[in-house]
Amino acid sequence: MNEVLQFHYDVDGEDFTSAGEASVQIKKNLRQLGFPPDTIRRVSIAMYEGEINMVIHAGGGEADVLVHEDYIEMILTDHGPGIENVNLAMQEGYSTAPDTIRTLGFGAGMGLPNMKRYSDSLHIDTAKGQGCKITMKVFV
Amino acid sequence: MSDYKHSVSLDVEKCKGCTHCLKRCPTEAIRIRDGHAKINADRCIDCGVCIRICPYKAKKAIFDKPEVLQPYKWKIALPPPSLYGQFENLDDVDYVLQGLLDCGFDEVFEVARAAELVTAYTRRYLKRDDIQRPVISSACPVIVRLIAQRFPLLCSHLMPLLPPMEIAAIMAKEQAQKAHPELKEEEIGICFISPCPAKISDVKNGIGGEKSHVNVVVSMADMYFSLISVMSKDQTPPPVSKAGMIGIGWASAGGEATAIFNDRYLAADGIENVIRVLDDIENGTMPNLDFIELNACNGGCVGGAMTVANPYIAKTHLQNLRRYLPVSQNHIPNNKDERYIPESFFMKETVTYHPAVQLNQNRKEAMKMMADIQQIHACLPDLDCGSCGSPTCHAFAEDVVKGETEVDQCVVKMREKIKERA
Repeated sequence: MNEVLQFHYDVDGEDFTSAGEASVQIKKNLRQLGFPPDTIRRVSIAMYEGEINMVIHAGGGEADVLVHEDYIEMILTDHGPGIENVNLAMQEGYSTAPDTIRTLGFGAGMGLPNMKRYSDSLHIDTAKGQGCKITMKVFV
Repeated sequence: MSDYKHSVSLDVEKCKGCTHCLKRCPTEAIRIRDGHAKINADRCIDCGVCIRICPYKAKKAIFDKPEVLQPYKWKIALPPPSLYGQFENLDDVDYVLQGLLDCGFDEVFEVARAAELVTAYTRRYLKRDDIQRPVISSACPVIVRLIAQRFPLLCSHLMPLLPPMEIAAIMAKEQAQKAHPELKEEEIGICFISPCPAKISDVKNGIGGEKSHVNVVVSMADMYFSLISVMSKDQTPPPVSKAGMIGIGWASAGGEATAIFNDRYLAADGIENVIRVLDDIENGTMPNLDFIELNACNGGCVGGAMTVANPYIAKTHLQNLRRYLPVSQNHIPNNKDERYIPESFFMKETVTYHPAVQLNQNRKEAMKMMADIQQIHACLPDLDCGSCGSPTCHAFAEDVVKGETEVDQCVVKMREKIKERA
């Protein structure tokens, strides 16, 4: 059997200041496992963007990271409003983030595009009002 | 990395095996085993936190005693600007410089002078297009070692210029040889007066892939007590100091960064804060910045573990000293190329990544170990009490899997076992 490591993180939607902590955690773990720096960077950026999105748009959610020997799979699940038009959401610069978030420098419409850029595969399973499940893979 | 010479060491006799240093070490380099602390040389970054925190003074820095300097024919003192901040009611740096001569040095060369040159060349370096931004200062050796251990992607952001101490040593040696051609190189002894253990390690292990030009490193605290006994207010010393506001400013946090004359900078001090900043830079969540100054000690070099004065009071002392000084008294030669930096200011080797936390070279094996760690950690109380000798329950689980300790060492689990039997 091929060993798979699983890490689970609750992403707190109430506390914006703690957004990004799961990304730091997974980075630490991948470092201990000796993954190449570039892989770690891509995972941590993709994860970070996903986390921020869950906090801004969905009131938090859950992140599961499955570490395989040759790839890392990130599954981000939330029960927020869902994405109405995925194609539109994937466009750089398109954002539905509220102004209060934008003043902090977030909401530039680069979240999903960056997740696509830094991962090797991105799958979005969503419907309006049904939450969102995003699966990303980063290969070593 | 295990052949790295550390300056932080332990006096086993004095160590009671308490958990103060264990809990505070920022790299989890300390374990309590067999009743006393053990420092993991691969993980230690010589930050000096344990020296400051130990209630029994069991942690100490190994530095040279002033006698080591005796065999040298020509003794040169390198006082860093943080030394000037140690003295109360000091209104002129010249009193300190004269004091050093009265202590037996033949010559004094201020590190602040080299700092002003490094500042000027840093401004030029930042004009280059082929550099990774933000540029991270490499003046604090703790930061350099921390990045080499934990931040693989930031190694290329470290400024490749030599730190002021090293530049000062090179310049002092050249100056002495020019003024006294009869001196052989090995007859000149260059002595740095260090505020921290990390600078000692830097000298012992070489800087930027080269042997340091500093020969001897003494503790600032030791030197302070020698100085106050010879420094006299009655005699006005000759005006020899050539340090300006910028050079002296390097002693406290923010001094190096503000001297760049560029608003896009950040200065952080205190090792925990520094780690947070580095995490943010690596994650790409920092705003666009050109320069990052990081100091492991609170307040900057004046907060070093071998200083005497409270770092914040030292900073106030320095403000008084700086008040009527020219902005800078050391200038780099004009050059047509406004990006030009002489080769002698560069490190010979740039910093490379040396992971200290990897569980195993083989990833499959490492993954198996981490699975075991998770399993053991799940049964632990998460009190992070440190009684087992590891800093946290997670670190304990890791130590168990590495075979360095046994699960029975957890006192909480032990208590549960006893209750079950009762």
